[in-house]
Formats: sequence, C-alpha cells, structure tokens
Amino acid sequence: MKRPPSPAARLFRAFTLKEFRHIFRDKRTLLVLLGMPVVQIVLFGFAITTEAREARVVLLSPSPGAAERRVTDRLLSSDYFELSAVASSPSAVERALRRGEADVALVFEPAFDERLARDGKARVQLVVDATNPGLAAQFSGHASAIIAAAAVELAGGAPPPLAAETRLLHNPGMKAAYNFVPGVAGFILMLVCAMMTSVSIVREKENGTMDMLLVSPARPWMIIAAKLVPYFTLSCVNLATILLLSVGVLGVPVAGSPGGVVAVSLLFILVSLSIGIFVSTVARDQVVAMLVSGMVLMMPVVLLSGLIFPVENMPPLLEWLSRLIPARWYIAAMKKIMIEGAPLHLVTGEILALAATGAALLLLGLKKFNDRVT
Amino acid sequence: MDNAITTESLTKRFGTFTAVDRLTIEVKRGEIFGFLGANGAGKTTAMRVLCGLSKPTSGRAIVAGHDVAARPDSVKRRIGYMSQRFSLYGELKVWENIRLYAGIYGTPSARIKERSDALLRELDFEEGRDKLVRDLPPGWKQKLAFSVAIFHEPEIVFLDEPTGGVDPVTRRQFWELIYRTAGRGITVFVTTHYMDEAEYCDRVSIMVDGRIAALDSPRALKERLRVATVDDAFKMLARGDASPLYTNN
Repeated sequence: MKRPPSPAARLFRAFTLKEFRHIFRDKRTLLVLLGMPVVQIVLFGFAITTEAREARVVLLSPSPGAAERRVTDRLLSSDYFELSAVASSPSAVERALRRGEADVALVFEPAFDERLARDGKARVQLVVDATNPGLAAQFSGHASAIIAAAAVELAGGAPPPLAAETRLLHNPGMKAAYNFVPGVAGFILMLVCAMMTSVSIVREKENGTMDMLLVSPARPWMIIAAKLVPYFTLSCVNLATILLLSVGVLGVPVAGSPGGVVAVSLLFILVSLSIGIFVSTVARDQVVAMLVSGMVLMMPVVLLSGLIFPVENMPPLLEWLSRLIPARWYIAAMKKIMIEGAPLHLVTGEILALAATGAALLLLGLKKFNDRVT
Repeated sequence: MDNAITTESLTKRFGTFTAVDRLTIEVKRGEIFGFLGANGAGKTTAMRVLCGLSKPTSGRAIVAGHDVAARPDSVKRRIGYMSQRFSLYGELKVWENIRLYAGIYGTPSARIKERSDALLRELDFEEGRDKLVRDLPPGWKQKLAFSVAIFHEPEIVFLDEPTGGVDPVTRRQFWELIYRTAGRGITVFVTTHYMDEAEYCDRVSIMVDGRIAALDSPRALKERLRVATVDDAFKMLARGDASPLYTNN
C-alpha cells in the first residue's frame, strides 16, 4: 500500500509545481536563461579571444638573397605569421604599421647576404605594433624564436651552447578557453541562482502574494525551499550545457575527476542560491534586487574573480577583497580540477571557503526571512 | 466560548508609534464584523496581528480558539485571508491558482478537483477555468481571490479592503458572496472604507487613532448618535465631535 502524501509534502509539491510554471510560462526569460551559456561559450570561444591570431607581416628587403629568403620563409611558414605586403622603402614600412595594415615589420639591412658571407654576421630588425601589449609580446616572442632557429641553421647547424627548452604544462596549445570556461561557469551560475532567486522572492513581496503564503500553514523555510528547487534544476541544466560545450566544441579536456567538477559546481550553485535568498531579504522591490545582484554581485564576479583579470596580478588590497567573492574560490577550484587535474584534496581550501560562505548566508537569509513576521 | 475572535488589550507598537492601542473586542462566530477606520487608524495592522503576520507587542488575541502569539500554526490552519492588494498569481491559470492554494492547505488532489469544479460552477465561471488570471477583469479577480481564501473552509476569513477599486455592481455581487459565506457559518472579518458597505455588516467597530471608538450594530450605532448613516457616525467619531461610545474596561 502506498501511503498518501502528508499535507506538508502536498504543500511542497504544489508550491514547487507553481514555481516551475512561473519559469516555463515566461518563455522569453527561459530562453535567455537557457541560451545564455551557449552564447557566452561561443562568444568567448570564437569571437572574444585573447589568443594571438595570425600576425600580418610587412617585409622590407632592399637586396634579396638566399640567406635572407631562408629566414623569411621560415617565419612565414609558421602558423603565426602571414605576409601582407612587401615594402619598397623604410617609409612604406612605417606607413603600413601606422595604418594598421601590418602588425609586424621584418626589416633586413641592405646587402644582408653579402655581409653575412663576408663578416659572418648581419642584422635584421623586428618592428612590432605594441598597441595591444599582450599580442605584441606574443608576436615578438614567436618571431624571435623563429629567427634564432634560422640563425643556428645559417651558422651551419651548430647548436648554441645554452638553450632553454620550454614546455607549456596543462594548456600546451595556450588556448584561452582553458582559462575562461571556469569563469563563464561561475558567472552564469551566479546570475541564474542569485539574481533569479532574489527577484522571484521579491516579486511575491511586491505583489502581495507573499502575505497570502505567510498566512497559510506553510512554514517560511518551505516557501524558500520550494523556490530553490526550480532554479537549482535550471542551474544544473546550465552547468551541463557549459561543460558539454567546453569539452565537445572548444575541446577543453577535463583533466581531473569529472565527479569533482560536478561536486564543486553543485556546492557553488547552493552558495549562489543562498546569496539569492539573502539579497531577497535585503531588497525592497524587484528593481533593487536586480541592482543588488547585478551591480553588487556581478561586477565583482567579473572583475575580481579572475574571469578577466588574473587574481595573482592584483594589488594586495584588491586581492584581499577578492577573497570575499565566492565565485573567486569556485573559479580557482574549477581551474585546479578541470585544467590542472588536481585531486580533490588539493582544493580543500576553496571548498571550505565556499561551504562557509554558503552556510553563513543561508542562516542569515533564513533568519531575516523569519523575522519578517514581527 | 462562542467567540471567533477575542482580544484583550492587544497592542502593537512600531518604535514610539502605537498603531494599535489596547484593542479589546469580541467577534461572535458566524457574524459579519466590519472593521472601520480612516487610513492609518491602525485597522490593517490590527488585522495583520490577528492573522499572525505580525507579532503583538503586548496583550492577547484568541483567534479560532487558539492564541495567535503562542500557537500561530493552529490559527493559520483555521483562517483565510485576502489582502487589499490583489493576491493571486497573474501568470497562472484560474484552476492552477485554486490548485496551488488548496495544495498549500494540504487538500488531497482528488478533493481539490471536485471542489474547484463546484467552486467555478457556483461562481458561474466554468469557462474561465483555463484563463490566465492576469487577463481577467478586476471584478472576477476579486471574486476569485475571495473564493480561494475560503477554499479550505476556514472558521474565519479576514478581508482587508476587498472591494477597493471595483465598480458598484461588482461590489454588490461581492457582498452577496460574503453573505453566502456567513450563511455557511464562516465568520467574516472585513475592513472597508466604503461606509455604505458598513451598513451590510452585523456589527461594526470604528477605529480612531489605534483605539476602538465605537462597536455596535449599524442600527444601534446610528440611533445612539442620532444620525442617518454609518458614514455620518463615522465622521462624528473620527473628527472627535462625539465622545467615544466604547471603552475598554
């Protein structure tokens, strides 16, 4: 015999069902919530990229020769450089750089081959447009390495006595996706959980439906818990979307345990939901809830969590401030597990920070919510 | 013990402001009790205390046989409430709203179905079942909100200015619903600032500055003050032209 559900269970079911209806009936918002992770991943993955694209090279070669061609060919045959123009004079090179038609100029001194043959050395100049310092550093780095290799070849193949061999760990392709996937996950989960939860609770206060609920036998914690179920579900869908797109489309591998990634993410979802509850007890109306979660929560998440600017490079004061942002701990833990393949016990610190913030906010939020009945 | 509501020196203060000052009243079972007062006189605060939405600063209130401050849950199960702001979910359908509130009061599913059909039939609103509440005319919203507030068969229903912003015809229909409800033995505790509605109540109380200035049947009240309408009586008491007819103790 199946036991009939208790009144409390019926209450909870009725309430959860209603929350799902709210979300599914508002098609536009639902579309935004479900589509956002896709758009963000695609944007960050393909459009907004911090990776060096191919640098356009303008070449100045006053007296072409065989040795010179070997250097040029080597540079242009790499993935990083493509020839955009051959300049006839130094002023033409300058013009090409100023107009933005080229990023890098490769300038050989006159009679390059001749000098190389006679003196055993010749000079080549690399001019890089440093408007974007990050790109310039990458261009000059790649070009210098290629020219150095060409020099060894021209010298007859004798390797230099000292050469550093660089190995890029965790992200050998230096793909930006490795860095931003955890950030995007943090941002979206925060948005869905904190913002949507707080707005939906505050809306009930504004509409007067909250009074109706508080007069009923429903306990305050039940009202809140029923609100969290749909947003928790939605967040899980978003998380799955982000992870599948990252692995499937962007080719970001999950180096550590997938279980760990999911566990830490679920913890972060719970923390974000607690933030949403807390905000709802502070905010008087939906606009305030939106502003608080938008400006007070989102901005620091974007700026201080390491999504855009690495936390390690921050001045001490900002770095210290960033410790208060739960997303920072989540993103750090995700990077460690997902990209570096760290086992769970190496992210204990991050997990504790998240759990502590979540528990504190949840208790505070529930207490404030109960105090509404005064 | 035939009272639906009994209060003894019920007081609610916000800081130094006393919204409800030593309220002592008795509301009998099955009566329509009009709770009148100007805006800011304290009637909404008093009602919120009686519903358990707000805790009294001092004094006692027994609602539906239970002390509000000590056993709010027992009270909550036995009362219904309709706030002055419209309190159904606009983006849910009519039957979904009914289902939700019935579910909140723990009504079994089978019974919800049967009772909500009966409710819509009684309101003559069966075709509105699948409409979104936000698309309904205001009058229907109000009648529906009231029906939902008494769906779980409470002993007392509290109505906080239920007819605000509705046309006179709908107000009439609404009062017919109230009469039918009282006829079923449900006590109706209603605040209003339409004085013509006060004439429909079994008894009315008039609140001035947090205190009850008068409590009587509309007819007795008019006779004592020698006026033609409850509205005139209300104005006299509110302006202080007549000394209070009702004192605690």
